[in-house]
Amino acid sequence: MADQELETKIKTEEYFVNMGPQHPAAHGVLRLLLTIDGEIIKNVEPDLGYIHRSIEKMCERDSYQQIVHLTDRMDYLSSNINNEAVCLAVEKALEIEVSDRVKVIRTIISELTRIASHCLWWGVMGMDLGALTTYFYAFRDREYINDIFEETCGARLTMNYNAPGGLMFDIHPNFVKRTKDFIKHFKTKIPEYDRLVTGNVIFQKRTKGVGVLTKEDAISYGVTGPVARGSGLSSDVRKLHPYSAYDRVDFKEALLTAGDTFARYEVRIMELWESISIIEQLIDNIPEGEIKATTKAVIKLPKGEYYQRVEAARGELGVYINSTGTKNPYRVKFRSPGFSNLSVLNHITKGSKIADLVATMASFDFVIPDIDR
Amino acid sequence: MNFLIMNIPLNITSTIHDWIYSIMPETAASITIMVLIAVIYLALFAIIGLYLVLLERKVAAWFQLRLGPNRVGPWGIFQTIADALKLVSKELTSNDRIDKFLYNLAPYFVIVSTLIGISVFPFSKQFQAFDINIGLFFLFAVSSIGVIGILVGGWASNNKFALIGAMRSGLQTISYELSVGLSLLTMVLLTGTLQLSEIIEVQRTGGWLILQGHIPAIIAFMIFMIAGTAETNRAPFDLVEAESELGAGFHTEYSGMKFAYFFLAEFINMFIIASIAVVVFFGGWLSPFGITDGITWFPEVLWFLIKVVMIIILMMWFRWTFPRLRVDQLLTLEWKYLLPINLANLMFMAVIIWMNWTI
Repeated sequence: MADQELETKIKTEEYFVNMGPQHPAAHGVLRLLLTIDGEIIKNVEPDLGYIHRSIEKMCERDSYQQIVHLTDRMDYLSSNINNEAVCLAVEKALEIEVSDRVKVIRTIISELTRIASHCLWWGVMGMDLGALTTYFYAFRDREYINDIFEETCGARLTMNYNAPGGLMFDIHPNFVKRTKDFIKHFKTKIPEYDRLVTGNVIFQKRTKGVGVLTKEDAISYGVTGPVARGSGLSSDVRKLHPYSAYDRVDFKEALLTAGDTFARYEVRIMELWESISIIEQLIDNIPEGEIKATTKAVIKLPKGEYYQRVEAARGELGVYINSTGTKNPYRVKFRSPGFSNLSVLNHITKGSKIADLVATMASFDFVIPDIDR
Repeated sequence: MNFLIMNIPLNITSTIHDWIYSIMPETAASITIMVLIAVIYLALFAIIGLYLVLLERKVAAWFQLRLGPNRVGPWGIFQTIADALKLVSKELTSNDRIDKFLYNLAPYFVIVSTLIGISVFPFSKQFQAFDINIGLFFLFAVSSIGVIGILVGGWASNNKFALIGAMRSGLQTISYELSVGLSLLTMVLLTGTLQLSEIIEVQRTGGWLILQGHIPAIIAFMIFMIAGTAETNRAPFDLVEAESELGAGFHTEYSGMKFAYFFLAEFINMFIIASIAVVVFFGGWLSPFGITDGITWFPEVLWFLIKVVMIIILMMWFRWTFPRLRVDQLLTLEWKYLLPINLANLMFMAVIIWMNWTI
């Protein structure tokens, strides 16, 4: 009763705030149109297109070898996984069977990419919640992976290591040793992450029960990746539709049911452990073999439609290629995880505070070029 | 540097004092001396502010596996001076639809309130500009004027992020002032005086107050540190300028030296809070266990500064390890936990003094 009286006496007004395109929490050029009443969020409307580069249209112009390089620039934090997706799609269409060596190396490098991506996410998640130190801890460990990549293929971020039919080059002689060193180092660092952030009471208060996504909503919005797995939706493509060498390794799908920001955080930490376990199983016995199957200089896919899905660091990445039998694809479509995950943001942040929106966004781990393409 | 001027030869200051009085009439002389003291305190203000910024950057670097500033001068000691010169020479930009008068006024509210606060500090027995009998109360009162500056600045900036930041600041300061006040009141029960120099003198005979008051004093100290950190708008209570939510919060629209005023004031506020903690809980300029009591030439201000820097490093430790609270959690912490604990603690302290259980 008293509350109602107060509400009629004090007239409040909703107002708009442009969060982005330049905003520290957006991690890029994402613009969110917020309708706010005080601190309470009434509506979130994402406005996209600030970094749209028509990658799908450019793919229609390029040959199949060239498409691989464009995909680096989508989700640049899991660039190798994107490359792998396109290569797998082309190989599927050409019915090429790559050697075991290629499969294993691809898997190891993809998992290293996933660790690097999750490391960066962990640093940035802490930073979004106000704990700036996490950023430097995470980058210390990510640096090891980047050095390994640099030694093997010359690039640290946009790797272009895959090509249709196999790999660009063989791995560097130091690769196995350095990867093992990294795993040894990183195993001591994840508990450090837990000590610094996971157990912190403020962190738990900020994340538990915040931005709850139910399993039903996750299904109906097409949410994938760690976000879906935090809501108890089993969606790991590595497990459900194994590709490369995932069918020969033993790993658990990280699955939690709470659906809140903390669950998504935990899922990613669990995935770090799983990625380490996958690499450990493969690194000691990389089979000998060709690193590239012979393909024609000009690849022409047979007429038809081809689809390949992989598990990128942020969720399911689908590559759809429609070929008319020429050297260029007729149409290429990427099903990026970020775009679908972003669509659910309004639904789960309505009624929460601005700080909750930032925490939820951090746990979704958006990469804006992945959303816009 | 300051203790050299102020402490070793008391006669230097009295010589200057006598000399000024000898060459000009009494009124002019006292005005001159006031101006001199003001200039010294302004210089002190700048030095403390700049070197706390450097300390913060160094401490942050140690926490974050970095080196910190190390290019400008040995150990980077001139880095913040170079930064200050840059800020002074920068253009003052602002957006079009600001409330000009309030916009320009806001930084002065913040800086003046901290400057007044610093004037009652007992750096050492001889080095205190203004020893009034309500020192603690005065310090506490003026340091809360600063929030007006933040509110006014956020309002006048005509920026929604700044406004949200300013409103959060209002909430935060009003709430946490209670805890700061009550925890200090608990200690005042023990000392029976509000005069800062006397609070320290009480501790010369009976030991530091945190030992004298044992359990309730320790509780009061912990509450004071939490609420004091919130008072200075530092992490984990930096909702006012939460950079991942509000860009830069209330000072989003400020640039150049006006921004630097807010920035320096934050560090001086931290110094004030740490100094109150040292005076009220850790015996101010007194040496631990009286180890330098016999040495007459020993600059007591050194003990004061060592203790203050240790408390400040503790506050920096908070900042670089904890995530930020949310605004409703901030208020819950104050009104549902700190305030009831504080009131109970005050009663507990009263009982202890009544029953004469103090050490």
